[in-house]
Amino acid sequence: MANLKTVSKKSKAQSMGMHTEVLTGRTQQKFFNPDEAENFYYFGTYDVDFNKRTELDVKNMTAPEANKEIDNLMSQGYGTIVIKNPQGKHSLGVGILNKLNLIFEGSLGYFGMGSCDGPIVRINGRVGWSCAENLMAGKVVIEKNAGSCFGAAIRGGDLICKGSVGARTGIDMKGGTIIIGGDAGAFTGFMMQRGRIIILGDVGINLGDSMYDGTIFVGGEIGSYGSDAVDSELTSSDQDWLKRKLKVAEIGENFDVSKMKKIVAGKKLWNYDNLEPTEKKGAI
Amino acid sequence: MCGIAGLIHRGKSSNVGSELQGMLQALKHRGEDSTGYALYGDTDGKNFIMRFKVGENVGEGSSSVMEDVSVYDERKKIVDETLVEMGAKVVKEERTLPYSLRYEIDYDTKDLLDFSQRIESIPGVEILSMGKSLEVIKDLGNAKMVCDRYSLDKVVGTHAIGHARMATESGVDIKSAHPFWGYPFSDVSVVHNGQLTNYWNNRRVLENKGMRFMSECDSELIAVYIAEKMRHGATLEEGMKESLIGLDGVFTYFVATKDSLGMAKDTMAAKPLVLYESDDLVAMGSEEIAIRSVLPQEIDTYDPFDGEVKVWQI
Repeated sequence: MANLKTVSKKSKAQSMGMHTEVLTGRTQQKFFNPDEAENFYYFGTYDVDFNKRTELDVKNMTAPEANKEIDNLMSQGYGTIVIKNPQGKHSLGVGILNKLNLIFEGSLGYFGMGSCDGPIVRINGRVGWSCAENLMAGKVVIEKNAGSCFGAAIRGGDLICKGSVGARTGIDMKGGTIIIGGDAGAFTGFMMQRGRIIILGDVGINLGDSMYDGTIFVGGEIGSYGSDAVDSELTSSDQDWLKRKLKVAEIGENFDVSKMKKIVAGKKLWNYDNLEPTEKKGAI
Repeated sequence: MCGIAGLIHRGKSSNVGSELQGMLQALKHRGEDSTGYALYGDTDGKNFIMRFKVGENVGEGSSSVMEDVSVYDERKKIVDETLVEMGAKVVKEERTLPYSLRYEIDYDTKDLLDFSQRIESIPGVEILSMGKSLEVIKDLGNAKMVCDRYSLDKVVGTHAIGHARMATESGVDIKSAHPFWGYPFSDVSVVHNGQLTNYWNNRRVLENKGMRFMSECDSELIAVYIAEKMRHGATLEEGMKESLIGLDGVFTYFVATKDSLGMAKDTMAAKPLVLYESDDLVAMGSEEIAIRSVLPQEIDTYDPFDGEVKVWQI
């Protein structure tokens, strides 16, 4: 059972007013302390040099063998790795918790770049279902098309597909940004909880179905709105942010963002009240 | 979870038996209870090719009841007698396995309904396919095992569809394996990945209209549903588009005829499909690795969207 209490010794973030409470027990939260940065160790990470570059041909490797070899190369300090002949293999590049420049010369199958935190990835091909699922941070750029469940449950980072994507893009996403240069399929933003999705092309039926929060920007036609997805006013700050994001994403440079539609949660499906964080947690 | 694959060469023939074997073997992790091929081979188009079975594979993993092999001979004998009675002449006969036969038949008819009903009225006999180009070969095991068992790697033709099956809602047997013949239409076959939730409602309606079901596999409904639409004058593409409304559930399926190949995806796009399309070849499968088995070089592929129907001609 979580025990809510006020701590006497506050962290730097708490003293700045960013947090006023701390949970202890099984769900104890730990805040990053800049004073302890030197001692910080993130399991499974290495010091790499971006100028140290190598190539890895995975044609005759299984996905686990290829992923182990990527890990091995990072442990040797390689900061830029080019993967040759991925040939649609599943689960390549999963679980990388490192700063890394990773380039795939070809297409990936399902679950490519899943559960990653930090790498900068460029895929010169297509990706299958569930690309970059659970991405925490970093940037993944796909030069061609992507399958369904693109960016499922991501929590951070930028996920960019220059082509079109399948159904349920950004399903259950909790943060980060997904940018689509082409069209997107049905149920885009299904049950998304936070974060932003930008689609320059058309989008299929049931857009933003049952979304809790977050924002979807659409440049083309919308097949239909999902339950509780509603239009919102596109502000000037939205437009500034969109221009900036598209520039960084290297797509839609001349796209007229002022004509984009902004879709948010109508919050009619919310079955909890705003006091939950303090009162209800205390009662658990 | 099952895997489906298909390809069509436009303007030329190729070794479709070997190519489909490679595609389906790449998908074997999606299910290897049974594997089936619908191959559209190069023929002179004069005779019907009838693939049929007089029993089940009762090997390891089968859910079929064990039968004495002598029963197969008795059933084959009745089939032979029935063909003679109907005026059909067997030009060539092959018995690959005790329970699996291939006949080339000289028979002059455009309506296969009566023909099929008479053959299948023999207990234990099922026509797997009937056509002048189509041959459906299905059995237990993965793609390579079935291909080796029936020597399919040398089949030359224009197009083919296939299925790697993980049995979920019906038995591990040949009758529930895909592809399904679009009974009673010559050269029509179907493979499917997904679940149909209004199977029984549709089945009752179609049975009342005189359509036949050989298994309790929900996928068979697609073949029968489209066959019934075509029986009433719809084109293949029209039948497939109607299926998006009439069939409930999640599905991606392929239908092939003598000179075309089509795909349909349900309105929720819940089942995967990756597609490669060029002027001379269309290849598609549940996963990109299936396509890579025939096109290892870097290619452009995409996922068809929800509710999409596409048909290609040879």
